[in-house]
Amino acid sequence: MTTLLINKKKYTIDIDPEMPLLWAIRDSIGLTGTKFGCGIGACGACKVLVDNVATFSCLTPVSTVVGKNITTIEGTSENLQLLQKSWEKFNVPQCGYCQSGQLITATSLLNSNKNPSDTDIDDAMSGNICRCGTYQRIKNAIKHTVELKKQR
Amino acid sequence: MSEIQNISRRLFIKNVGLASGGLILACNYTLFSKDIESGNLTEFNPNLFVQLNSDGSLIIVASRSEMGNGVRTSLSSVVADEMEADWSRVTVKQAVGDEKYGDQNTDGSRSVTYLYETMRKMGAMTRMMLITAAAKKWQVPENECTAKNHFILHSSGKKIGFGELVDTVQTLPVPTSISYKNPKDFKYIGKNLKSIDIKNFVNGSAVYGIDKRLPNMKFVAIARCPVTFGTVKSFDKTAALKIKGVLNIIELPKIDRPFGPLGGVAVIASNTWAAFKGREALEIKWNYGKNEGYDSEKYMAELTERVHKDGKIEKEIGDINKAFGEASKVVESTFQLPHLAHAPMEVPNAVAWVQGDTCEVWAPTQSPQTAREEVLAYLGTTKDKVTINVTFLGGGFGRKSKPDYIVEAVMVSKTINAPVQVVWSREDDIKHGYYHTVSSQYMKASLDTQGNVTGWLHRSAFPTIMSTFKPGTEYPAGWEASSATDIPFEIKNLKIESGQAPAMVRIGWMRSVINILHGFSINVFADELAYAAKQDPLEFRLKLIGSDRIEDTKDPIKYDTARLKNVLKKAAKNANWGKPLPKGHAHGLAAHYSFNSYVASVVEVSMVYDKIKTHNVHTVIDCGTAVNRDTIKSQLEGAAIFGMSIAYYGKITAKDGAIEQNSYSDYRMIRMNEIPKVHVEIVESTGTPTGVGEPGVPVIAPAIINAIYKLTGKRYYNLPLSDYELA
Repeated sequence: MTTLLINKKKYTIDIDPEMPLLWAIRDSIGLTGTKFGCGIGACGACKVLVDNVATFSCLTPVSTVVGKNITTIEGTSENLQLLQKSWEKFNVPQCGYCQSGQLITATSLLNSNKNPSDTDIDDAMSGNICRCGTYQRIKNAIKHTVELKKQR
Repeated sequence: MSEIQNISRRLFIKNVGLASGGLILACNYTLFSKDIESGNLTEFNPNLFVQLNSDGSLIIVASRSEMGNGVRTSLSSVVADEMEADWSRVTVKQAVGDEKYGDQNTDGSRSVTYLYETMRKMGAMTRMMLITAAAKKWQVPENECTAKNHFILHSSGKKIGFGELVDTVQTLPVPTSISYKNPKDFKYIGKNLKSIDIKNFVNGSAVYGIDKRLPNMKFVAIARCPVTFGTVKSFDKTAALKIKGVLNIIELPKIDRPFGPLGGVAVIASNTWAAFKGREALEIKWNYGKNEGYDSEKYMAELTERVHKDGKIEKEIGDINKAFGEASKVVESTFQLPHLAHAPMEVPNAVAWVQGDTCEVWAPTQSPQTAREEVLAYLGTTKDKVTINVTFLGGGFGRKSKPDYIVEAVMVSKTINAPVQVVWSREDDIKHGYYHTVSSQYMKASLDTQGNVTGWLHRSAFPTIMSTFKPGTEYPAGWEASSATDIPFEIKNLKIESGQAPAMVRIGWMRSVINILHGFSINVFADELAYAAKQDPLEFRLKLIGSDRIEDTKDPIKYDTARLKNVLKKAAKNANWGKPLPKGHAHGLAAHYSFNSYVASVVEVSMVYDKIKTHNVHTVIDCGTAVNRDTIKSQLEGAAIFGMSIAYYGKITAKDGAIEQNSYSDYRMIRMNEIPKVHVEIVESTGTPTGVGEPGVPVIAPAIINAIYKLTGKRYYNLPLSDYELA
């Protein structure tokens, strides 16, 4: 049995320890906000926070994250919630499918960088594909969140 | 025309899943759907429902699919606006696939075009009936009552909520003449509404097809032949069955229908990963079949040979040979564009549960009625036994109009007698698509001494989408040729031809379809002619479009050249066309009419370390009445990125019949570090609302090519730019 700590809750499941975290979360635990996009770490749709850092869950065997704090789009984190509000303000999503991964990646950026430059944002976000092409709004929403935090 | 009826008391409302008790209006919408069976006369086939409940909540049924197009928001907002409803009281219910909704195929950028007037009518009638109900209740003349934000107000100052009127309004007949709101009083139409689903999109709770779960559901991955239409010769499942979680392995036959599954070997497992792993462990021998020799490079050479010879004439005006003979200058060019894959972020997938002779499906589909037809054909059952539930779509772009993946799930569920979810891997999606066609085009034009275009020859060869419907079709349909034949240029001698092109893979429609290739060649060639005539590309193009006139296309919505020139001028003005740019930067332009909308883009590029950098895209659209401005803006921002992915990286190739690309790693997309600033202007208009989702795409690649020419003096005729190491 494997025990995972996801969104501050413990889940004990009977799975192959080599199973990528993505499928454990989606198929075994049943949290479907984390998305499958490519399975090779090329699109970022599957990203979750592992100890506050955005991680490709499709490439991460569950055995490597036992005991770590995993946060998915369904979870809570100050930066995640602020970013979600900005996403709403800028009406970012089109189809919405990649946005969990985009939000998790942006959360990870703000967790480590209080004042990211445009280049910092590009560097952090360029592992995430949005086929609808909402990048401009994502970028604006991140910058807005940074400004909001500065004013607090 | 549409006929709207009060069906609150009708029994069959249960069939659409609306709780009874409220006011329900239904509309028999036949304007664009002649092929719908008429049904018997005591009933009708409504396609659209509005339900107002006594607590004031308003449910609007969306008959079209939400795939990023914003359709659940835009269509509902039209009803709500005319009704004077409070938007915060609106919820949208997604329709299942059924003819009573009319045409549900969410493609061709036409949902709002087709349904706008009907939606207005539904809203206006509801508002009028609520006014009648209030007047009746208060015993006052109707003309002393007005509707405002979910209330009916009386001139005396008293007011009553919409919900409180439900009991009365249910008993009223539908008004026979409709009074519409003055468009200047619109509060949602023409404004910026956020997606009605936005909260669910940002908190991860929106359910896409791939998120659907049923108790005891099995997960399925299918191994398909690398060569299109190849079949299974034999397979060994011993190793696959040893993988933890793999439950069963079955062979699936190929079904020879336009959207029939390709067939293969299905691995049924307790989770998606085990299904994928089990599939890797299969040892399969294939009969590759007749497409084994497909080599896309050789094929392109053959297509190109064909367009350098006479083809099938699609349109001919005047005498091009005479024009070419008398020309001051003749220009000729050949364009080659590769296959493209849709690659929506959510891979094809479907949940199906066949129980006895009934079947229920949950799937991301652009066309639930097509899905139902295909499922019916496979099961050999009747319509009432098959339910297609439409989930959110994680992108569609045309791929999810084709329900092959849904039939796969139905086949597996029926065979193993359990609910199943078929999930394609990204590699499956890239390697087994319904590809945007591959094309070669030859263009030749003559100029007189003043630089006027006197003759225009345009010859295209590309496998037709019709080959998917009728195998063996090797020439384009009229509608495919139309983006070349309906060219809005005033040229006296014109000849449009098509070349023969057999399909070697499944050909499908992808966002903006044939406009991708014709919009590219026409815009690049027109730019080339401007330089040959030593004229500014903007001035030259305006002259080439010529006089203000209505072009005689076969479409019921007419093509107005003044509107095309207008968007071009506006895009040029917004981009400061002709004004100095930063050193090393250059502008390029393109304009194209498609899906009844007029779009022009001016792009600004530079070279950074020998790679193209796109800095700005100025797009202007005239799509008639703008229903949701923010959605339109968002669609055009996205179209610029989609068009850039085509220009920079889009290329699917085949060798020995198999697609060579695998995933986003080698079928690349534009990423955030590459994006330009996209500026969008929407032309003010009260005209018929026209297409938005697709028409922003075709202008982007040619505008980039034209800007690169201006910058470097080098003209690129083929895509993608990564082939020239420019991206």
